[in-house]
Amino acid sequence: MKTLTTKSQDIMGPPMDDFVGRALVAGLGLALVAGPLGCFVVWRRMAYFGATLAHAALLGIALGFLFDVSPTLGIIFVCTAVSFALVGFQRQKKLSDDTVLGILAHGALAAGLIVISFMEQLRVDLLGYLFGDILAVTTIDIVWIYGCGAVSLVVLALIWRPLLSMTVNEDMARVEGVPITRVRLVFMLLIAVVIAVAMKIVGILLIVSVLIIPSAAARRLSASPEQMAVFAAMIGCVAVAGGMASSMTWDTPAGPSIVTVAALVFFMVMFLPARTVRRSGR
Amino acid sequence: MPDTHLTTEPDSQALISAENLTVRFGGLPAIKNVNVSIGAGEIVTLIGPNGAGKSTLVRALLGLIVPTDGTITRRPNVRIGYVPQHVSVDDTLPLTVERFLRLGGRASQDQLEKSLAEVGALDVITSQFQKISGGERRRVLLARALLRNPDLLVLDEPTSGVDVTGQADIYKLIGSIRKAHNCGVLLVSHDLHLVMAETDQVLCLNGHVCCSGHPSHVSQDPAYLELFGHESAQGLAVYTHHHDHTQDHDHENADHEEPGYHGAPHG
Repeated sequence: MKTLTTKSQDIMGPPMDDFVGRALVAGLGLALVAGPLGCFVVWRRMAYFGATLAHAALLGIALGFLFDVSPTLGIIFVCTAVSFALVGFQRQKKLSDDTVLGILAHGALAAGLIVISFMEQLRVDLLGYLFGDILAVTTIDIVWIYGCGAVSLVVLALIWRPLLSMTVNEDMARVEGVPITRVRLVFMLLIAVVIAVAMKIVGILLIVSVLIIPSAAARRLSASPEQMAVFAAMIGCVAVAGGMASSMTWDTPAGPSIVTVAALVFFMVMFLPARTVRRSGR
Repeated sequence: MPDTHLTTEPDSQALISAENLTVRFGGLPAIKNVNVSIGAGEIVTLIGPNGAGKSTLVRALLGLIVPTDGTITRRPNVRIGYVPQHVSVDDTLPLTVERFLRLGGRASQDQLEKSLAEVGALDVITSQFQKISGGERRRVLLARALLRNPDLLVLDEPTSGVDVTGQADIYKLIGSIRKAHNCGVLLVSHDLHLVMAETDQVLCLNGHVCCSGHPSHVSQDPAYLELFGHESAQGLAVYTHHHDHTQDHDHENADHEEPGYHGAPHG
């Protein structure tokens, strides 16, 4: 963990407020998208799918460097390819989903590590990609986060009802006319986009937590799916603010601090007396 | 190439029909050369042992799986209300019964309450979908199917997770829904005796159609007796003794049911 803090101190050149402010703005942007999308990840039990895309993201970064395009585009490309591969395997029904996901996740991660190892002239900060480096966020990163985030939220709002319907029961939804495959692919693409923009902030190993912890914490407080989505976004923002404050005050690594605060909020909500929860929830 | 057609004929009487339908998973056929036809206002019951292909046939008719061979014909613009055998919603999803019903399509509050009242489940409208009992869940699922104003109701084991007295009530309800809406009903059931009174036509399935016809005929058919002789005798025994039934023998099909729910009070 030491590397992360020293790295952030390396770029202490600009006034402190600047990079702290950027980090905060970036983190809040991510939390606002990750909350609603994360709810579907929880409802649809797709946490392992999220983790798979996160692992595959490293290959995306490597390809981005290789072909000299934005790593974000590289990640979106690889994550989309992995999503299609998963849908293809699901159709065959030869292997269980978690086995397929395990193969895709670690196959892509290993391939990513090999590609990166060939680029010796490039100093790739592996630790930064594994755990994120929110304090190194640039203005361009923020534009990416808010641009992709806004588009993702609009698309999610558009597919909200069919996606919710097929989350409850896919067969009923299909008989009622929901284009299942199309909606599922759009949803997978949204997760790919969010993972691409979350890379820099929390890194491969912690991305899934940004999707699922605020949503899980929001569950006990919510009486409707939409309320849960809003609460998840809010809890995510609290976690970002709390994590950043902890990072500034005690010099803890920022990404892991955000996740830790989110986990603390989750446990606090879990131990709230049932009566309090019910009053606020219904 | 599989010779499969999904056609819509303008003048056909049947709401939906299948000819020589075969579905294979891998090599073995789950159903083979099945013919079935459901007319307007008619109740057709599929009956057969586990693994007989009842759900496969239903799913093929609904277009949820692609048949390997055969023809499925639907009346043009036929509206179908479908209730699957198991609907289990993840506990992490906050979903009231009202919201669950709205997922099926746009409906006014009035229509929504009317359909819940019709199935006798109006009192659970604000309950969490995951928290209601097995019997209430079947009724709510029926209400969602009814909201589509269907020409055809397709009900896969509409009494799964319901105790024996509750089962008779649900079949009665299905009978009265058919009368009120004049819709056709395709029913999958495990117990011919329970559905006999409401059924027009029975299809006894065991991979292929063993026998079919009016329930009173089918129940005397040697093919039926060979398949169900033992089981149906048991079913009758349970049915006639339902007054002293307890928690033990009426929950084999319960899907994620709340512990402690047993539709009928004891005694």
